[in-house]
Amino acid sequence: MSNPIKLKGEKFLWEMVIGLEVHAQVKCKSKLFSGAACDFGAEPNSLVSFVDAAMPGMLPVINKEAVNQAIKTGHALNAKINEISVFDRKNYFYPDLPQGYQISQFKSPIVGEGWIDISLEDGSSKRVEIERLHLEQDAGKSTHDQDPNLSFIDLNRSGIPLMEIVSKPDMRDWKEAGAYLRKLRSIVRYIDTCDGNMDEGSLRCDANVSVRTEGDVLGTRCELKNLNSVKFMMKAIEFEANRQIEVLEGGEKVEQETRLYDPNKNETRSMRSKEEAHDYRYFPDPDLLPLHVDLQRINRLKKELPELPDKKKERFEKEYNLSSYDAGVLTADIQHANFFEKVVVGRNVKFTANWIITNFFGMLNDLGKSIDESPVDSEQLGELLDLIQDGTISGRTAKDVFEEMFTKGGNARQIVESKGLKQISNTDELEKMVKDVIDENNKQVEQYRSGNEKLLGWFVGQVMKKTGGTANPKIVNEVILRLLKN
Amino acid sequence: MSLDRATVIRIANLAKIHIDDSEIDIFTRELSQILNWVEQLNEVDVKNVKPMTGVSGMSLREREDEVLDGGYADKIVKNSKEKKKNSFSVPKVIE
Repeated sequence: MSNPIKLKGEKFLWEMVIGLEVHAQVKCKSKLFSGAACDFGAEPNSLVSFVDAAMPGMLPVINKEAVNQAIKTGHALNAKINEISVFDRKNYFYPDLPQGYQISQFKSPIVGEGWIDISLEDGSSKRVEIERLHLEQDAGKSTHDQDPNLSFIDLNRSGIPLMEIVSKPDMRDWKEAGAYLRKLRSIVRYIDTCDGNMDEGSLRCDANVSVRTEGDVLGTRCELKNLNSVKFMMKAIEFEANRQIEVLEGGEKVEQETRLYDPNKNETRSMRSKEEAHDYRYFPDPDLLPLHVDLQRINRLKKELPELPDKKKERFEKEYNLSSYDAGVLTADIQHANFFEKVVVGRNVKFTANWIITNFFGMLNDLGKSIDESPVDSEQLGELLDLIQDGTISGRTAKDVFEEMFTKGGNARQIVESKGLKQISNTDELEKMVKDVIDENNKQVEQYRSGNEKLLGWFVGQVMKKTGGTANPKIVNEVILRLLKN
Repeated sequence: MSLDRATVIRIANLAKIHIDDSEIDIFTRELSQILNWVEQLNEVDVKNVKPMTGVSGMSLREREDEVLDGGYADKIVKNSKEKKKNSFSVPKVIE
């Protein structure tokens, strides 16, 4: 059972109620209703057709692949796919929305109710229900920092297909909300329907947050916007819940409103301009007939789904005999899982898993690199692991070699040879060195023999110093113990 | 159904249409008349009739996912007054 965080106010103990709306940019080549490209970072307005710019007389024609991707995502969320869905116009005025309305799905979305299971820190899992998933157009992008009096509008993003995935208000604290968003991201990356890149805005999230005393009816909620990382989303929820508690305990009411999160100040503030805009006057788009998808197509797309995160984790636990924790870390991202499965072939599972989780993922994390930016590929890492396993280098040396491979490039074997890092495991050679150390340090030898056994480590250290860290520590230990006894 | 003055002002505001005070009463009367006319449809019993979206029985045509359009930023911003490097410009809008 999950055990969500409760917040202590001046008077009462409060619980949070959180629902998330996630906008995921659909992975496909062209826009939802036009043949212009969906790319990030191109010259302003270079990826815009007359349809996206809402020139008079232009008509939308839907992208088949975007529909398929939405259906696949629906399947991965264990959701009902609707054979008939309808596109509506959501009307509002904003400079980056040239049509004056967004084509979205209101009453009849393409995907209905579903669920996903999220894993919590204490190892338990919790089911979060999904309300719906619908297809809609993205808006253009405004920049405000180029001119003191003007904002600039680039419509390249205008018309890019989005899936809006709406959860039920099932989450009870920011940790659950974080786990949900991470799981959703993991799923869309597994099935390749969205690249999940929050920095570039291909995955965006709004949070609906309210508080109530335990078991009470639902409180008034606020919608938080501008949550562009999991970390910021969690912080925004924490701030907002505490703000609402302060308002309520002060005897006032929470206003239902949209609030913008400011990551620099770690606070949320009211977006007054949105208040009047909330009457969207939805109506079916007369330019678009209802969308029909037949059962055959729905079932075919279900068969195309790859192994999903939960199933892969289960298989990793069984097939590789990994702990639930390790399997969870390795399967959280599809590319990480694939990397592990390439390296582990013909190698010790536990050793490989440990090395990848601790050193490889650790290094990626430290340098803020994703796995496809890694300068060390699965084969190169495999070679390094083999050198440790067959005793050519020590685990300690391996870390240095790995760092060199990562920062300067090159293969493990080359680096070991060119730098003379090969481990000295030759007992005769090591015995000679140990003898030297003993001869040079009479004082310490006496102390050791008169009972100060802690000095053993010091002797090992001296030998290591002489060999530049390449002596096999296990053998050095044995030799020193043996020679000091005499 | 008849509208009141406040609703008419709100509708004008949402539609970004300016109306003079003297016109409010006129629009209130005219819009109410239109709504009353449309309301006659409520007299028809449609309990067992499926909603109809067209007479042809066609469903939405889908296109293949191919990039066949775009690449003419100059044409897109051609009629924009103050453009800068092929971006549209508008009076500053910031939250």
